[in-house]
Amino acid sequence: MYRYDQYDQQIVNERVAQYRDQVRRRLSNELAEEEFRPLRLQNGLYMQIHAYMLRIAVPYGLLSTTQLRMFAHIARKYDRDYGHFTTRQNIQFNWIKLEDTPDILADLASVEMHAIQTSGNCIRNITSDEFAGVAADEVVDPRPYAEILRQWSTFHPEFAYLPRKFKIAVSGAEEDRAAIAVHDIGLSVRKNTQGEVGFRVFVGGGLGRTPIIGKVICEFLPWQHVMTYIEAILRVYNQYGRRDNIYKARIKILVKALGIEEFKRQVENEWAALKDGAGTLTSEELNRVSSYFTAPAYENIADTDSGLTSFKSENKAFASWMQRNVKPHRIPSYAIVVLSLKKTGRAPGDASAEQMDAVADLADRFSFGELRITHKQNLVLTDVKQSDLITLWKIAAANNLASPNIGLLSDIISCPGAEFCTLANARSIPLAKVIAERFDSLDFQHDIGEIELNISGCMNACGHNSVGHIGITGVEKKDHEEWYQVSLGGSKGNESSIGKIIGPSFSFDQVPEVIERILQVYCRERIEAERFIDTVRRVGIKPFKESVYATEITDGQEDDVLAFKPAQYSEPLYSPRF
Amino acid sequence: MIIKNKTIVDDDWTILRLAQNETAKNVMVPAGKIIVPLKVWLEQREQLLDRNELGVWIASDERPEMLKDDLDKFTVIAVDFPKFSDGRGYSIAYYLRARFGYTGELRAIGDVLRDQMFYLQRVGFDAFAPRPDRNIQDALKGLTDFSEVYQASVDKKMPLFRRVQRNGNAVDN
Repeated sequence: MYRYDQYDQQIVNERVAQYRDQVRRRLSNELAEEEFRPLRLQNGLYMQIHAYMLRIAVPYGLLSTTQLRMFAHIARKYDRDYGHFTTRQNIQFNWIKLEDTPDILADLASVEMHAIQTSGNCIRNITSDEFAGVAADEVVDPRPYAEILRQWSTFHPEFAYLPRKFKIAVSGAEEDRAAIAVHDIGLSVRKNTQGEVGFRVFVGGGLGRTPIIGKVICEFLPWQHVMTYIEAILRVYNQYGRRDNIYKARIKILVKALGIEEFKRQVENEWAALKDGAGTLTSEELNRVSSYFTAPAYENIADTDSGLTSFKSENKAFASWMQRNVKPHRIPSYAIVVLSLKKTGRAPGDASAEQMDAVADLADRFSFGELRITHKQNLVLTDVKQSDLITLWKIAAANNLASPNIGLLSDIISCPGAEFCTLANARSIPLAKVIAERFDSLDFQHDIGEIELNISGCMNACGHNSVGHIGITGVEKKDHEEWYQVSLGGSKGNESSIGKIIGPSFSFDQVPEVIERILQVYCRERIEAERFIDTVRRVGIKPFKESVYATEITDGQEDDVLAFKPAQYSEPLYSPRF
Repeated sequence: MIIKNKTIVDDDWTILRLAQNETAKNVMVPAGKIIVPLKVWLEQREQLLDRNELGVWIASDERPEMLKDDLDKFTVIAVDFPKFSDGRGYSIAYYLRARFGYTGELRAIGDVLRDQMFYLQRVGFDAFAPRPDRNIQDALKGLTDFSEVYQASVDKKMPLFRRVQRNGNAVDN
């Protein structure tokens, strides 16, 4: 993986000093909260309901075990022994004190990490394919480009106060695992018929209250031009993106208003002045950065079964885990292992300090000391020998990291929701928990098969609700009551689509029954092994809608739902909901 | 007092802002060193051309192209930041310097605070009028927050990877 050189380290160290001084000025009231707010946000520090939340950048979701152990340390020393992995491959700590944040940044800088631009109206952490470098279907390794763009976007002087946040994702495989079509800029690294490397560039995708699938602005951009072309897009956006209405300020609204053709004309006009200039990527720089992403020292192992077949036949849990959580590696004697952070009863994406240490130990022992965070809020060990899988599984299971549910119903994406976030209308994590409990049967989940259920506490869609096969969105009704809209047919990846809302919203207690009814329609309508999303696409939402609203759903139909109590926190609710 | 070329200096320019009952056409531009709004320059160009020294300021929603052919008419060009979170002024400065070749004084005015100074300087501002309720000495410190940067902009014509020798991973082995 990429390692800091003296320049990277110096910039991050100077950032710690700059931020430490900003906090000092805030604490001494030299800076008003209003002025400090954009400064702390550019550093991923949000004021939430109970405390500050600090979001730390994990560039393209790749981290070392040293870095993961630092997260465990931060969780123990400054938080409540856990962290929350996010859909943008970052980590968030939810119980942070402002006065501790400079020390946390200093701790992070000691392991080549930071929280730069993890929030605010600037270019955010570049995300990528969690299987980059090892996926069997990879065309070009996207990581060097993601790192080059990380450096280019870090403290870019012209694009720190954009109309709104700006997210870039890069993918280099046949299957898009980085959801590039729902990013402000999506880059698909590919090869043309001559074998030259370039990018298909998407622009203007995004979730939030106006979910839009990105449009192709350039079919094939030779790799040398990636930075100048993105600079051109950003410069057009910085000048012409709307600043009068926060809900219409993302680039997708500008692209939509101008139309992709006119937007492209403006970008290419701007690009004409930049093309082949100083910002053009050189092969020396590409080679330098690529030299950090070479393959680890794989052992030359005969591609044997390693006793897996016999162990699978006698151990159903292991067999399920192999089926769901183990993915093909480009080297057949190795495997990619997804460690599930979706055990029923736990908050999706949460990991305790103890679990982080356990994962670090596993990665050191079995996967060359590195791991990945997925946008589905799980962890990945990319380079595990097939012959180590049984041992690894046993340790993972002992640490509650081996739920065989990757890609299944209980592999729920969820934002932190109204228990933490001041933006949310409704709770997300407790809803994810009751849904996971209701459908806890693994046989049932394996029968339903691949499905993505995504929950966001509000329209801002941090939980990717609009691209969930089933999407649940918290909406507010009068008197701060929690209600949820349900949508069907959303999807990300190669066939991205925005889900359609099925009708009037539901109360918290009604949602599990709604899901049940939706799944019943699927079981009735599906043809053979058809996936849920394919059935929805084929039959449309009408039959689902009819069935869900056919009879009244009484609140608290299920005893266990009634018995559910929301989380209780000792901290007073001091933060205003802004 | 303003910051100019990284030092605190006296400033004898006055910034003209239109009052509610004034228009770009009818406003009386006082004698002396005045920085007029772009709109006033466009309306009163003929009279203003007679002046020895003139400044102009551009609002964040105005286009720098409007000044493209007049750059030699001004002693100072200012860019107004109505609030610090409005980032259009950075691109305006970039255009004036990098695209149109303006070499005179480029001044940031309005909601200009210490923590923007480093970025402002990078896109070509060489003069800063920090908000008057703030300590200008502190603002000066903002210019030296970082000693190295990755990207090219107006201050550094080359990105880091073209300016220095950076060794990749293979060198360590």
